[in-house]
Amino acid sequence: MLILQPALALALAPGLVGLIRWLKARLQSRRGPPPWQPYAELRKLFGKEVVVAHSASWLFRAAPYLVFASAVVVTAILPLVLAPGALDGIGDLLVVVYLLLLGTFVLALAGLDPGTAFGGMGASREMTVAALAEPTVALAIFGLAIGAGSTNLGQIVLQTLRTPILAASPSHLLAFAALFIVMLAEAGRLPVDNPGTHLELTMIHEAMILEYSGRYLALIEWAAWLKLLIFFTLLANLFLPWGIATTFAPGALALACLALVAKLAVLGVILAILETRIAKLRLFRVPELLAVSFVLGLLAVTASFARV
Amino acid sequence: MELTPFLLGLMFSGYGLGALGALLGGERAVGRWAAALGVMSGAGIGTMLGLVALTSRQHWSVGLPALLPPIGLFLRLDGLSGFFLLVVGLVGVAAALYSIGYTAHYAGRYALRRLGALLNLLLFALGLQLLADNALTFLLSWEIMSLSAYLLVLTEHDQPETVRAAVWYIVMTHAGFAALVAMFLLLAGGDLGASFSMMRVGAASASPELRTAVFLLALVGFGSKAGIVPLHVWLPLAHPVAPSHVSALMSGVVIKMGIYGLVRVLLDLLGGGPAWWGGVVLALGAVSALLGVLYALMEHDLKRLLAYHSVENIGIILIGIGAGLLFHSYGRMDLAALGMIAGLYHTINHAAFKGLLFLGAGSVLQATHTRNMEELGGLIKPMPWTAAWFLVGSAAISALPPLNGFASEWLVFQTLLGGFSVPALGVTLGMPVAVAMLALTSGLAAACFVKAFGITFLALPRSPEAAHAREAPRTMLLGMGLLALACVALGLAPFMVVPLLGDALAGMGGLPTTLPALTSGVTIQTPGLAGHMAAPLVALALALTLGFTLLGMRVAGVNRALRRSDAWGCGRIGQTARMEYTATSFAEPLRRIFAELYRPREDVTVDTHPDSRYFIQAMAYESAVSQLIERRLYEPLLRLVKFGSRQIRRLQSGSLHAYLLYMTVALAVLVLVAQWSW
Repeated sequence: MLILQPALALALAPGLVGLIRWLKARLQSRRGPPPWQPYAELRKLFGKEVVVAHSASWLFRAAPYLVFASAVVVTAILPLVLAPGALDGIGDLLVVVYLLLLGTFVLALAGLDPGTAFGGMGASREMTVAALAEPTVALAIFGLAIGAGSTNLGQIVLQTLRTPILAASPSHLLAFAALFIVMLAEAGRLPVDNPGTHLELTMIHEAMILEYSGRYLALIEWAAWLKLLIFFTLLANLFLPWGIATTFAPGALALACLALVAKLAVLGVILAILETRIAKLRLFRVPELLAVSFVLGLLAVTASFARV
Repeated sequence: MELTPFLLGLMFSGYGLGALGALLGGERAVGRWAAALGVMSGAGIGTMLGLVALTSRQHWSVGLPALLPPIGLFLRLDGLSGFFLLVVGLVGVAAALYSIGYTAHYAGRYALRRLGALLNLLLFALGLQLLADNALTFLLSWEIMSLSAYLLVLTEHDQPETVRAAVWYIVMTHAGFAALVAMFLLLAGGDLGASFSMMRVGAASASPELRTAVFLLALVGFGSKAGIVPLHVWLPLAHPVAPSHVSALMSGVVIKMGIYGLVRVLLDLLGGGPAWWGGVVLALGAVSALLGVLYALMEHDLKRLLAYHSVENIGIILIGIGAGLLFHSYGRMDLAALGMIAGLYHTINHAAFKGLLFLGAGSVLQATHTRNMEELGGLIKPMPWTAAWFLVGSAAISALPPLNGFASEWLVFQTLLGGFSVPALGVTLGMPVAVAMLALTSGLAAACFVKAFGITFLALPRSPEAAHAREAPRTMLLGMGLLALACVALGLAPFMVVPLLGDALAGMGGLPTTLPALTSGVTIQTPGLAGHMAAPLVALALALTLGFTLLGMRVAGVNRALRRSDAWGCGRIGQTARMEYTATSFAEPLRRIFAELYRPREDVTVDTHPDSRYFIQAMAYESAVSQLIERRLYEPLLRLVKFGSRQIRRLQSGSLHAYLLYMTVALAVLVLVAQWSW
């Protein structure tokens, strides 16, 4: 399980992104690349040589590995197909959030390292958005944790499985909405950041990694896709955990894998439709969006007190 | 514990000999070494003493009435003082080691003799204070500490900035001292010789009004030392101008004496209080944390940025302690202990990473002669070790796992999350707000340290000084390395630190003598909202994943070619430092978002050619943010004081007749008063 869960996440993440891209293209009446295009992209990038700027230091070369590793460790802690997950014992939801922050921190430093204006711009914006999303994440955790009596991911899942009515409680619904908005910000999706943009001035994540190429870029892209999958899994399995395996049995695990793929696909479709329907926000309107998610989080916590 | 008096004697004589050596050694290298060795031996023995006190769970006390007649010095060593001795020792040893190399460039410019002796005196006072068991000993050592720190701040006395900062410091610290004297007079019923154990008994039966007065005076007195908002104004002024190893000690240790005092008085002597005490401490902590980091973001003076982060981290410590006091008042002793442990854990963690960061900033300052981040950059290449240590400190202060800042912030979060189980409206409504403020603080701190490290050490150098920087001497690197090691060790070993802190607190101020176990194996488990975290395993998982990634890429036959080339620049050729993001531009989005608080002021002056306004000859851009507290609180206060002084000055007419009149009137009034009171 220790290897299986990260392996599954690593295998699914490019497909998920490919699906969203393909669906978006179809919704916009384009033919678009096939859903398995990201796999081909990874293969291509891993086969290319790396070009590093003269001005970059060792940190630039170490960062992709750290970003990738922190995301992979998170997939081992998550209740992806099994609750409690393989490494559920090493940390709770707060550990997950701070591991993801570790990746963001390192990547932002790597953005500043080559000394280009775009790298600095991306780093500055990424850290601004990450910092402003932090309170909402904490409140959503708080709201979820009160219902389950624990901040442990496995415990939250099991509690919802035991008392299904929790999933329909106001606090869970509000926390879901709050976390969904945070997902848009943290995973760099519209309306906060446009993953498909080629206009440097509107980039956040893409501006930060502009200097990367070859295997480094492959690792960073893969980690970014993993991050989307991580947030989708949190949304899917913490709020609607049905289908997840609670024992290590082949049948239950196979079912859980199917359930996970189905849930990810549904969330992917929702995201694709959403991204087709809305335009990117100006950077200075993003705080307003995050303020909305913050209020939702606060309401979620307050609503959960009403029940306890 | 039998060795305690012996070790104690060694510790104080270490400092004494260090001071003597510094005075005799003078400007030569031997003086620098003697001063540093004195501090290192004293602080090293203090660390041992602290460890003994922490692990043995025993108290030791002694009275030395002959030393300070007619009352005498009274000393007592328990777990709490032992823990703080550990904090002092850790930063003390590292700062002293660092000072050997750092003070070299002071020779001939500033009084090295005084610097070395005062450093020893400061640590002597810190040791004495942590052991103090009566009001007089405490106040005496407090004042020695404040005055020696004041003189240390004044080391570079030829800079006007330094003198101004020192004045702020001495005034604020004495305002706090006055509050402390009043507090002890109230607590001890007017007898400054009263021992702490007498105060404990007296406080238990004191009236609520008196206890409240003691609480408020303690908050002002210790708060002004710790740098709680709004009493923090001296801190960003004084810490940056002191020599860097002194800054490390002041930020790492001296302000922690305010925390020590608060825990000692509020928890130990007063035995906790009503819920609003905890609420006030918690709220002040949350506000300090958030304002501290928000102002830090706007700084581009590296050391002042760090000083504002001290305000932030004192806030985080107080969030833990305030929540602990709050739960204490509701009888939830498990959560109360958790909050106190979280606060104290963050205290030693902050000492380690802030000490490290100030020492790192000192290396940068020594190599480039500037604290202005806009003139730095690219230092990771000429100063790889300083950069690596500074990076460890930056990651630790940003609460990134698996370093120490994360361990204690996790505990603070868990304490706050436990608030849901307290059936009081104020708590259930307040806790989520506190959680959100803490989360925002830690997110902004991460952003701020991306800026601090990224602008200072990465990209291209922004000035010739930065381009020609040289790595710091070995003693300085060793001092920083020691603290970096402490950051890692404290981050990996919360399962060892937490039980020790629990032991130090057990039985204090109404906490049960045996606290529920918070650890099992290497995992920490919290009461309240059951959460667990095993820091060493997180680190192991990260390391293994890194290893597997590298191995997997090797096995899969990934292309390992690497080519160096120019950075991509939209077709322009050549790259200069002027194209880089600066510290100001990095923080610009946040400055706009929090413009309501900052009230930024921007001036753009454009000189155009006399013939056509389309040809620009020169452009000047200036921007500043205004300090809310200074503007709204201290400026009016200072105006009031000046106005009052002017009014009083009228009495000083210089006329002999007027003075004679004053004396007659005063005598008449005194006679009348005396008459009345009989």
